[in-house]
Amino acid sequence: MTARTSSPPKREPAAAGFLRAVGAVAWKDLAAEFRSRELFTAMLVFSLLVILIFNFALELDIKTRESVTAGVLWVTFAFAGTLGLNRSMSIEKDQGSMDGLLLAPVDRSAIYFGKVISNLTFMLIVEAIVLPVYSFLYNVNLLRPGLLLILLLGSIGYIVVGTLLAAMAVQSRTRDVMLPILLFPVVIPVLIAAVKASSGFLTGDDPASILPWLNLLVVYDVIFTSIAFMVFDYVVEE
Amino acid sequence: MQGKPVTLKALDVVSLLLLAAATYLALVFAPTEAVMGQVQRVFYFHIGTAWTALLGFIAAGITGGLYLATRHQKWDIVEVAAVEISLVFFLITIVLGSIWARPIWNTWWTWDPRLTTAAVTELIYIAYFMLRQGLEDPGRRARFGAVYALVGAISAPITFFAIRLFRTIHPVVIGSGDPGAEGTFSMVPDMKLAFFFALITFTVIFVDLLWNRILMGRLAARVEQLKLSLIR
Repeated sequence: MTARTSSPPKREPAAAGFLRAVGAVAWKDLAAEFRSRELFTAMLVFSLLVILIFNFALELDIKTRESVTAGVLWVTFAFAGTLGLNRSMSIEKDQGSMDGLLLAPVDRSAIYFGKVISNLTFMLIVEAIVLPVYSFLYNVNLLRPGLLLILLLGSIGYIVVGTLLAAMAVQSRTRDVMLPILLFPVVIPVLIAAVKASSGFLTGDDPASILPWLNLLVVYDVIFTSIAFMVFDYVVEE
Repeated sequence: MQGKPVTLKALDVVSLLLLAAATYLALVFAPTEAVMGQVQRVFYFHIGTAWTALLGFIAAGITGGLYLATRHQKWDIVEVAAVEISLVFFLITIVLGSIWARPIWNTWWTWDPRLTTAAVTELIYIAYFMLRQGLEDPGRRARFGAVYALVGAISAPITFFAIRLFRTIHPVVIGSGDPGAEGTFSMVPDMKLAFFFALITFTVIFVDLLWNRILMGRLAARVEQLKLSLIR
């Protein structure tokens, strides 16, 4: 072995490497989706169909609409979100790209956060389209900042837990069916808080009564992001 | 092949005797409650089974964390046993609660925090077993079970507080009225005796069932090991 004459290459700080990995994973999903748009189209069409069905299932006349809009929206997003999560994880598994990701010399949690960002982006885009459509169909203004904040916080909570559980569900035999069964009982606090807070914003309630729900959403998001981050390793190891 | 340890056999007998004594205390010894009548006696068993279910719930959460930290199979076996016991006992608790609720609140069910959280926890447990069943690799099964047990154990209390918040802000107007008001009663000393005896009995029953189930779990793990070694 010859003696080293040049200094070893500079290693970038760990944090920057981590963020780059997160960005790379998220960018991979978003770029792939941008080209094919199959996941996004499926989620969007599904959401619109669910809203259509709700029109016949519930009598959404002017009086009841106000009390029921928040619930209808969140049920729609919950089901569409399941579709997106399932598909996003199945693609990785089927094409073997998960193995490739795991071989990369990055912290496993970077893969988790990258996945969360891409899944969250899909869900938010679908929500961004469904809101105006719903407003149009039912003549109610849904584009209010308070509501958009709830949508963001609720989606974060849902996707954070959903990504973790989807990674597990996709490895079981009963793949597609497993995710909703695992996810819904655990994500109930998010749904309760999101529906209550959304309703509050839509009916113009006193902000003091909406605040506890916002707090609950934030607490849930923080707790489960931490847990999922710590535990994701165990879920993807071989 | 070891048989059941003598201590466990003794514990089985003790549990049965305690249960018989608790039944006597609850059904015969305790005085009849003035307002609710005989149906109130369900309360002693209802609280007992709820307590057992809660012990199982806590054990499941803790052993889930322990398994992930240590990877010792023994924690996985205890976790499965705890979830199973909790599943069964929450179900019994809900049924007994409904039996008590029907004459008192004039409804089988109400969406108050405790009942709803019990139902949600039950669904988490069922999902837990469905998840395990769909996985063939024992290592993966144990890992995923532990992760889900941990996630479930943390989300259940949050669900409870969320629903409680729901109820304080939007009190139930239609339906049975405030369930807290009807159905509460103060206990005379004889009732307290029956009540605490029931708690002790069901704690012993929990330990007994857990131990038995752990033994079964160990045997099952051994069988699976043998099966896998045959295939390979």
